[in-house]
Amino acid sequence: MPLLSFENISIGYDNHSIVENLTFNIEKGDYLTILGENGAGKSTLLKTMLGLIKPLSGKIVFDANVRKTDIGYLPQQTVVQRDFPASVWEIVISGCLGKSGFRPFYTKEEKALAEANIKKLGLEELKNRCYRELSGGQQQRVLLARALCSSDKILVLDEPVTGLDPKVTIQLYDIIDSLNKEGITIIMISHDLHALKHANKVLHLGHEIFFGKKEDYLKSQSYQVFMDKGGEQ
Amino acid sequence: MAEFFQMIASYFEFRFVQYAFIVGILIALCSSLLGVTLVLKRFSFIGDGLSHMAFGAMAVAAVVGLTDNMIISMPVTIGAAILLLRSSQNSRIKGDAAVAMLSVGALAMGYLLMNLFPTSSNVSADVCTTLFGSVSILTLSTIEVWLCIGLSIATVIIFVLFYNKIFAVTFDENFARATGVKATLYNLLIAIITAVIIVLAMNLVGSLLISALIIFPALSAMRVFKSFKSVTISSAIISVFAAASGLLLSIVRGTPVGPTIVAVDIVVFFAFLLVGFIISRARKA
Repeated sequence: MPLLSFENISIGYDNHSIVENLTFNIEKGDYLTILGENGAGKSTLLKTMLGLIKPLSGKIVFDANVRKTDIGYLPQQTVVQRDFPASVWEIVISGCLGKSGFRPFYTKEEKALAEANIKKLGLEELKNRCYRELSGGQQQRVLLARALCSSDKILVLDEPVTGLDPKVTIQLYDIIDSLNKEGITIIMISHDLHALKHANKVLHLGHEIFFGKKEDYLKSQSYQVFMDKGGEQ
Repeated sequence: MAEFFQMIASYFEFRFVQYAFIVGILIALCSSLLGVTLVLKRFSFIGDGLSHMAFGAMAVAAVVGLTDNMIISMPVTIGAAILLLRSSQNSRIKGDAAVAMLSVGALAMGYLLMNLFPTSSNVSADVCTTLFGSVSILTLSTIEVWLCIGLSIATVIIFVLFYNKIFAVTFDENFARATGVKATLYNLLIAIITAVIIVLAMNLVGSLLISALIIFPALSAMRVFKSFKSVTISSAIISVFAAASGLLLSIVRGTPVGPTIVAVDIVVFFAFLLVGFIISRARKA
C-alpha cells in the first residue's frame, strides 16, 4: 500500500483545470521532486495534496496509518511574515497546534518536541530571537522545525530555496536529505535542477507529464526540453 | 501637586466617573488584544469599516426608538464583520472595495436617517456624540456598565483560551489549515470578537476613532518588542495606560474623552518609535 496515491486527479481553480487525469503513487521514504515551469500546476497540486483546495475530479488516497494532518508543510514565505513580531520558539511550537484540537495550551510533550526540533536544526542559540531579524536560511530552518513539529512522516516543501544564496541552498538541501534518510517522506517543488541531487523520484508537470525514477527522468524527453529552456539557474 | 490629587480624588466620588473608568479601562484592554492580529493580517481598515456600520445601526436604533441601541448595533456589526472577513479571504481587492462600500454607505445612511427622523432638537450634537463619543461614557446606565464588564471579561477569556490558535492563523493561515487547525472557525471567532469590541468601544471613543484604539497600541508595541507574546502584553498595557490617563486628562481639563485618549495613544506611539529607533541603532553600533 503506497503512502499516498493520486488516482485520476484533475486540479485547478474554479473549474478551470491545469492538470488532468494525473495518477501516481508516493511510497514511504520517497524523495519526490516536482518540477515544471511557472503555471504548470506545481503549487496547485501541492495545495490539493494539503487539502487547501479540492481536486476537480479524482481522489487522493492516504495509507491507513496516515491521517490528513500527518503532512508537515514548508510554505513559501508571505509578505505578512517578513515583519511579523514572533520569536523562533513561538513559531516552532505552533507546528504542534494541528493535533491539539480545542485544547488551549501546549502540553509538556509538545514543548519537548519543539525543543528537540529546534536542536535538530541547530537553532538553539536563536530560540528567543525575533523571526524577522533572521537571515533567509535561518528563517527556512525555523519553518522546517515547525513543519517537523506537525509531522514526522511526510514533509511537503514549496520551493524551499527561493531567495537563498548558493551556499545556504546546499546546506538546506543537505538538511532535507538527512531528514529523508531518517525515514521522512519528502515531497518538494522546485524549478531548480539542483533539487534533483537527492531525489529518487521525479514528477514533471508541463505539456508532457513525467512520473518515475530519477534515473529514467534524466534520460527522458521532458528533461531535455527543460534543460534547453534553461530551467536551471 | 497635592491639590491635583485631591481634585482627582474628589472626582472619583462620583459614581459616573467610577463607571467611566471601569468601562474605559476594560474596553481599552479588549481593543488592544486583537489589534496585533488585525494589524498583522492587514485588516486595520476593517475596524474602521465596522465602526461605520455600527454607526448606521445605531442611527436606525435611535430612529426606531430603542433606548438600548446595542440590541441592533451588535448583531448588525457581527454580521458585517463575518461578511467582510469572508469576502476578503477570497480576494484582496474585492474585500477592500466591499469594506469601503459598506462603511461609507452605512455612514451616509445613518446620518440621513438621523436628519429625516430627528429624535431630539439638536441632531448635529447627537451625531457628534456618536462619532466622537464625547460624553456618552459619562452617561452610562448601570445596565450598560454591567453589559460592558461582562462582554469585556468574556472577550479576554476567549482571547486567552484561543491565544495560540489566533497566533497560528495570524502568522501562517495556510500552514495552520494544512496541518489541521480549523482556520475558518478561528477567523470567524476573530471577526466576532472584533465586532463586539467595536460596538463596546463606541461608548468610549465614538465610531470614528475606534480604529485608533485598536491599532495604535499594537503599532507602538511592535516598534519595540520582538515576540508575539510580548507585543500582545505590552500593547494591552499601553492601551490601558492611554485610556486611563486620557480619561483623567479629559475630566480635569474638560476635553472630549475620545480624542484625548487617542492623543495619548499618538504620543505613546512616537515615544515607542523613538525607543525602537535607539535600540536598533545601539544594536548595530
